[in-house]
Amino acid sequence: MVDVLVIGAGGAGLVAALGAKESGASVKVLTKSYPTRSQTCMAQGGINAALGNASEDSVKSHYENTLKSAHGIANKKMIEKLCSEGIEAIKWLDSIGMPFSRTTEGTIAQRRLGGASAPRACYAQDYTGLKILHTLYDQCNANDIEMLSERFLLELLVEDGVVCGAKVLNIKTGEIEIHEAKSVILATGGYSRVYGKNSTNAVGSTGDGIAVAYRAGVKLSDMEFVQFHPTGLKNSSILISESARGEGGYLLNKEGKRFTDELAPRDEVSRAIYEEIEKSGEVYIDIRHLGEEFISHNLPQERKLAKLYENVDPVFELVPIKPIAHYTMGGIDVDEDAQTNIQGLFAVGECANQKVHGANRLGGNSLLELIVFGRETGKNAAKSAKENLLIPAGHSASAHVKHEDLLFDLVIKSTCKVDFYKKRDELAEQFYKNVGIKRNEQKLSNALKYLQTLKEQLPLMGVRDSNKLYNTELVDFLEFKNIIDLAEMVVSGALQREESRGAHYREDMPSENEVFEKNTIYYKNGEKLCVQLKR
Amino acid sequence: MKIDIKRDEQTVSYELACEDLTLLELLTHIKTEIDSSLAFSSGCRSGVCGSCAMRVNGKEVLACTYKPQDGDLIEPLRYAPLLRDLVVDMDKALGFNKIAKAWGLPTSKILNISPKDAEINELQSDCILCGACYSACPVYAVNPGFIGPFALTRAWRYVSDVRETDVTQTIAAVQTKGIYDCTLCNECVPVCPQGIAPKQDIVMLRNKSGVMGYMDPNFASSFGGFDSGFTF
Repeated sequence: MVDVLVIGAGGAGLVAALGAKESGASVKVLTKSYPTRSQTCMAQGGINAALGNASEDSVKSHYENTLKSAHGIANKKMIEKLCSEGIEAIKWLDSIGMPFSRTTEGTIAQRRLGGASAPRACYAQDYTGLKILHTLYDQCNANDIEMLSERFLLELLVEDGVVCGAKVLNIKTGEIEIHEAKSVILATGGYSRVYGKNSTNAVGSTGDGIAVAYRAGVKLSDMEFVQFHPTGLKNSSILISESARGEGGYLLNKEGKRFTDELAPRDEVSRAIYEEIEKSGEVYIDIRHLGEEFISHNLPQERKLAKLYENVDPVFELVPIKPIAHYTMGGIDVDEDAQTNIQGLFAVGECANQKVHGANRLGGNSLLELIVFGRETGKNAAKSAKENLLIPAGHSASAHVKHEDLLFDLVIKSTCKVDFYKKRDELAEQFYKNVGIKRNEQKLSNALKYLQTLKEQLPLMGVRDSNKLYNTELVDFLEFKNIIDLAEMVVSGALQREESRGAHYREDMPSENEVFEKNTIYYKNGEKLCVQLKR
Repeated sequence: MKIDIKRDEQTVSYELACEDLTLLELLTHIKTEIDSSLAFSSGCRSGVCGSCAMRVNGKEVLACTYKPQDGDLIEPLRYAPLLRDLVVDMDKALGFNKIAKAWGLPTSKILNISPKDAEINELQSDCILCGACYSACPVYAVNPGFIGPFALTRAWRYVSDVRETDVTQTIAAVQTKGIYDCTLCNECVPVCPQGIAPKQDIVMLRNKSGVMGYMDPNFASSFGGFDSGFTF
């Protein structure tokens, strides 16, 4: 049995694995694809730390900017920790070979992202997440950490309130596997793909760990807070990084006029764009004035993707954009040690709610969160594993698990009368329209009603492909089921929060209400979802 | 438009009325509308996660950045065990990163680095591990233990990093089944979606190895080696 089982191999998972290993624990990492294919690779803009390399900055400013953007529902102590340890985090990345871009003085280059009072985001061209992820992967290889790919999380194994492992589907073989562990870290990412094609995220951001944790009795929080990134490419939802505006890009309406402060926090900019699109039909990002040389060197991905997906070259043309689901602030509710309400079960990264982003995350803070809290979570989980002497012989996880045939259930028993791929797209459209940037009671009730119908139809949906080996339809269907559960939470929380706060905006209640300066807690009671506000 | 997809032992043709889509969008269309059993991998849709590398008419591409032409033949990557349709098992291939000891040794000294020095390995660290170069490398047809292009580029990324104070481990690791097993045929270069030239990095590693006192075994044996009694 391994000491620490890490599920998810993005930035958070790999840093946690390194942290646990450093503490002397044995570690195993599972991922549903491959480590370097995780969502982290898509982070472009940068990682925040008040180094003050580009202009004066301080931990205090970083703290204040983050707190302000969180709109009252963050944990000040955790923000303080995030910001003050940020500088050490960058030094650590530098020490393991992270290839940051540099200033002419040779220090790490920094640029300004939305909501920041200073250029604070350290970057590596627009490949910041990619290069951090790969550097971490190389360190995991150096530290001989076992990483198993193509394992899809099905269930957490919990005995007498203590976690003891996980049940996963080996996608390659179609077999169910049990991985026992003394402590488990979930680092499975966010749930932006609830919005399907209207999301910047990779297709795998389906919140699997959050849904599975919920079913195991884990409390979640703040699920209604979904960040919409202001600038996704209009047709393909591919992200145009905030650095495009940070470097001086403009937002223009159909008449070619600027209409908003490009560097306000993301929630404000997204709403401004959404309203402008409702009004005039089109919004563009304009970076032509930055010049070809600058764009090719500092925003290479942006140029390539705009050409490929929209047939426009941002060096010479305006790029049509729309705001799209980008980051989910809510997730698994954790304490200050990143532990859930189940002993030995930890969560970190986008799947967790460490309460540093509150109602709206600042650009550059999520990569930082991975490093700062990832290392610590790894250490905490290692400590917990050492103290976990509770697992007596015969009490092991595998003894208690039924090895049912997953495919048999989903293929043979289902009639497949309703096509879940169509429903998946339909759900995405419903949510973008009704549970998106501008919400109101009517829209939310419609979405909830839609979801209830969808859940009733679920027994009519299934997997048509009966081949056990590498069955991606099976994986897609399991992800879709997770999405449905999470979607219900997002809309239920949004209905209960009768106010506007950060990324959660209600047209019918457009201002903040002190009564709601609380976290929304979600938990399972029998088969029923319970939603409660809690300070 | 017609495209052919190699599905295990057979080639299946699809007639599609789709225009101006990427290959990945087209495959997704087939999966969700025509045949849900088609297996392929995808992730970011934007050329940065390396999930969807495959071969089109014998050339490696990322499905998410390639726009298909009428008559294209789509096949999985080579030299990795086929799992199903367009999906191969990359575990063994990725394992070469470890064999090459392609990583940095943590240092406690924080250095200032000029933008010029930072640029030395900027391109190498753009690698997304998609496996395109690996599949294009003909050496694998005869030498499955070859460390190969992406792992060697990764090794050079760290060896060339001005922050690294001790690169002996990595240099030693790429001597056997490594830099000298490459034929410098250049097949890996044009297929890299990130514009990286592994061949060039392998040449750089050879030069560095030479400076560090390693000998090209091919060169040595072509002169009969040092133990053959050849005297000057």
